[in-house]
Amino acid sequence: MSSPIQLKPDETFILNVGPQHPATHGVLRVKMEMNGEYIVNAETVIGYIHRMHEKMGELKTYPQFLMNLSRMDYLGALGYSHGHVLVVEKASGIEVPERAEYIRAIMVELNRIASHLFWFGAFVMDLGGFSPLMYALQDREHILDMLEAVTGSRLTYCYFRYGGLYNDVDDQFVASARKFIPRMRKSLKKYHKLVTGNVIFRKRLEGIAPLSKETCRKYGASSAVARGSGINFDVRKNEPYSVYPEFDFDIPVYHECDSLARYNVRMDEIEQSLRIIEQGLDKLPGGPIMPEKKPKIIKPPEGDYYQAVETARGSFGVRLVSDGGKTPYRLKLRSPTYSNMHLFDESCRGMLIMDALAFMGSLDLVIPEIDR
Amino acid sequence: MICEETKRALQKLFPADEVIAETPEEAVDDSEKKAKKPVPRANGLLERDYAVHGYHLDAQVAADQVVEAVGILDKADFFIESITGVDWIKDNQLEVIYDFSRYDFDLCRVVIRTRVDRNNPEVPTITEIYAGANWHERETHDFFGIKFIGHPHLIPLLLPEDADFHPLLKDYKA
Repeated sequence: MSSPIQLKPDETFILNVGPQHPATHGVLRVKMEMNGEYIVNAETVIGYIHRMHEKMGELKTYPQFLMNLSRMDYLGALGYSHGHVLVVEKASGIEVPERAEYIRAIMVELNRIASHLFWFGAFVMDLGGFSPLMYALQDREHILDMLEAVTGSRLTYCYFRYGGLYNDVDDQFVASARKFIPRMRKSLKKYHKLVTGNVIFRKRLEGIAPLSKETCRKYGASSAVARGSGINFDVRKNEPYSVYPEFDFDIPVYHECDSLARYNVRMDEIEQSLRIIEQGLDKLPGGPIMPEKKPKIIKPPEGDYYQAVETARGSFGVRLVSDGGKTPYRLKLRSPTYSNMHLFDESCRGMLIMDALAFMGSLDLVIPEIDR
Repeated sequence: MICEETKRALQKLFPADEVIAETPEEAVDDSEKKAKKPVPRANGLLERDYAVHGYHLDAQVAADQVVEAVGILDKADFFIESITGVDWIKDNQLEVIYDFSRYDFDLCRVVIRTRVDRNNPEVPTITEIYAGANWHERETHDFFGIKFIGHPHLIPLLLPEDADFHPLLKDYKA
């Protein structure tokens, strides 16, 4: 456990973690000023894979930009597309058929589980345990197969359309999703037995990197980072959108504020997502997946629109400023990890470097999503 | 509830002004709209329809009022969502937009915006109030060249470290 020590500022050296380092899970560099094993100061350097999605948003027409969203966050791509289609639909007044919204919610939740599973495996691997990654990838494979059958791709989905979906789900998908739910529940029990109770694992996380509510608020943290610090905030509940009010699910909140709390939140979220999928499959209405009336060319009226959604990594927001043209006048993508990563600099001071890496893992970073 | 309180608090920034309710879209005649040359919005507080725009309060303030307006939101426990800019090249202005929301179930989204001269875009920093504004302001400086006066570390964040261009300006040519 890290504790503040007496630091002698004249005995420090600079350590570069990254830009190519396995613990950063992407091209991220942290310039750390070290005093022995302790961090005196840290400066995160991002932007190594900045692609200027926001400029592409201004240059491309609305449908052309759809595929960019899944390149932002490659682990939970569908949540990001969801935010974008919702804001354009809201601005242009396109009505989405109920069936399409239900399928969207099911797909987004499946994708959320896939993302959390990958995070779980990678996080435990950061801490030195290799086999959980293999188990997690095995479960994730089932989800990817299901999503591939419907959407046509395994990672960078371009499945949502303005007003609906590209493809309807078939009986086979429903059957395999139903089969997946008990399987995943069984696996969760296995994970808890294998990892959560492990004494080495707990020692590495318990009491490490406490984040106060105030820090979260000042930095605008969301997802498990906020919920692990006792903040009951989930856009699906706080600002209900799509068909989420129809589902009965809980928001896991932990008050310990440490890395273990963030881990626990994500593990509990898998169960909650399973509940949503289960209810979604039960309630899945019939009908079309695209609206009958839809403008041929998407041209939202002049104005300024905002939509937030809860992705696997937190509150993702899209601001659309339209001047009534075929392309957006301005498209701002508010990335949740950007805010979550920002608090790392301040919070890791005085920490042991190994604890800081565990802390970084608990933030669930996807670098292309920070850099956009 | 909190929306009402925040509205009253923000209202004090605009003396003598009433809250202008948004004119419904139908009320404005289409031909009339086209004939009128659009003028930049005057400073003031608007109540927006959440179902249409996705936020409740929309305050446009002068650049030197930003810190005060953000201070009001900080006292009311809002969290910072993002900061961004828009280039209104026709009006020769740059707009900075601050988004705020709440962690509790008292849903209230507030947008603070300010417009500055395009040739000399300067806005005071709010990093003293919200430490998380640091990166958002650096990003806005990257993309639009807006200078945040008093920012502790205003160097390129997402763009290369020697970047001297601002890609989201409408007259930027690659």
